[in-house]
Amino acid sequence: MNCSSIREQFPALSQKIYGKPLVYLDNGATTQKPRKVLDVLQEMQGGLNGNIHRAVHYLSVQCTERYDKARSTIRDFINAASADEVIFTSGTTASLNLLAYSFGQTYIRPGDRIVVTGAEHHSNIVPWQMMCKRTGARLEVWNIDDSGAMDPKKLEQILDIPGDKPKLLAITHISNVLGLVNPLSHIIRIAHYYNVPVAVDGAQGIVHKKVDVQEMDADFYVFSGHKLYGPTGTGVLYGKEKYLEEMVPWQGGGDMIEKVCLPTGTTYARLPLKFEAGTANFIGVAGLGAAVEFISSLNGFDIELHENEITTKAMKALQEIEGCRIYGVPGTYYGQVYEKIPVFSMSIEGAHPADIATLLDKMGIAVRSGMLCAEPLLERYHLTAVLRASFALYNTLEELDYFVESLRKVLKMLR
Amino acid sequence: MTIEDKQAQITEEFSFLEDWMDKYELLIELGKKLPPLEESSRTEKNLIRGCQSRVWLAVSREDGKLHFRADSDALITKGIISLLVHVFSGHTPGEILGADLSFIQKIGLKEHLSPTRANGLLSMIEQIRLYALAANTENTKEHGK
Repeated sequence: MNCSSIREQFPALSQKIYGKPLVYLDNGATTQKPRKVLDVLQEMQGGLNGNIHRAVHYLSVQCTERYDKARSTIRDFINAASADEVIFTSGTTASLNLLAYSFGQTYIRPGDRIVVTGAEHHSNIVPWQMMCKRTGARLEVWNIDDSGAMDPKKLEQILDIPGDKPKLLAITHISNVLGLVNPLSHIIRIAHYYNVPVAVDGAQGIVHKKVDVQEMDADFYVFSGHKLYGPTGTGVLYGKEKYLEEMVPWQGGGDMIEKVCLPTGTTYARLPLKFEAGTANFIGVAGLGAAVEFISSLNGFDIELHENEITTKAMKALQEIEGCRIYGVPGTYYGQVYEKIPVFSMSIEGAHPADIATLLDKMGIAVRSGMLCAEPLLERYHLTAVLRASFALYNTLEELDYFVESLRKVLKMLR
Repeated sequence: MTIEDKQAQITEEFSFLEDWMDKYELLIELGKKLPPLEESSRTEKNLIRGCQSRVWLAVSREDGKLHFRADSDALITKGIISLLVHVFSGHTPGEILGADLSFIQKIGLKEHLSPTRANGLLSMIEQIRLYALAANTENTKEHGK
């Protein structure tokens, strides 16, 4: 399979915007969906629709089977030890809020420390801040340096305080701004040496890198379906069973109960349903399963190889533009290799990102401008906005050329 | 010139530009021509923060009329600001409050004023109206004395 036959499977990619062929480079925000996913959604919304885990009738049973099958598809995809460790949520943000609540209620006491990095987007900051407010814990920041990398010695200084070890490290796999792949295995090894569990925000990571949660040894790994070619409103919280078993549930309601008594005495369902209150987004989850099957079935098409080629060429072409600074440059820092996915956040002297994005839009190019939901990270670089082009497996080198050429045209207008 | 006259003039000027490129080139030109707001007025108080771009708005009063000066770090936003400042400046609070900003839609820039744009323009117009409202209330009070 090659890139053009892959593109054919994404109906959204063949549309025209203002009469120009769409060049979709805002994949960091959300991705387009393959026909296989759309077919599942249409089939289920249009007929194969019955609430799961409840009824004996045909439609309910069929939907339940699909929902459960999606869970084992995801289990295989991330190599979780058990399907019970895969909790379905509405997205990365919901996964992190669930985690912050349940982990916080179960393990955090006043005065405890939680560590986040300076490379996080808001969804991996604010839930922890709210948790700190609820529990009286303190938030600490392991910050990035100019290159976007993080000094493991500084992490050790934060972790190694006898009697005051942090209760959790929350870190992104790949920052949505920098596009740098954090050396997670190394970082997790350090954290575990100090007995600190690690929660990984995989919203960008899972889209571009093969994830094996056991090999990585992450204690939690979360991601969204809609950035992974799946439906919006779907997401996953992976957690090691030993934690999930102990953690108190977040939301209460249908599906998460074992027995309900009045006025008290209600008991909760076993994993994974304990964390899935209410009617699950079973149609969306079936679509997410289809998305993952699609990714796993790209015969002979090496996603990483294709994306690496885009990254190398794009870095070169963009760095040749006068006054262009790219945030997150791949390289070896602190003895660790920081690879880069094709996500390019930049500032260009004499041209504001919002202006560039506005003009590119008129040329059919979808890019992102602004703070990218990562205000502290932008502030770290003294920026109030950046321009971001983020590529996915279906973007071509021709699209990259058209983007760079259009960018040069736009800069001529603005500067 | 009334606010309506100014809007009609802008609409006419833009009506000759059919291509989006020409329209944006004009906005960029207007943005470049608009004198930057002096540092002393680029205060936190005058700042309207948007996710996309930042806008500063300073207001002064003379003979019962309001005068606006504004700036942005984004050029297209600044071009639209230049139009808005031109339309609103030199008018009484009553005139400003009664104005119907139809020209924005007529010249095809409505999308720039959508709340989801977060470029500060919509907040700037709201701010201008608030200034006018405050000035109007003050006027009424003075007359009532």
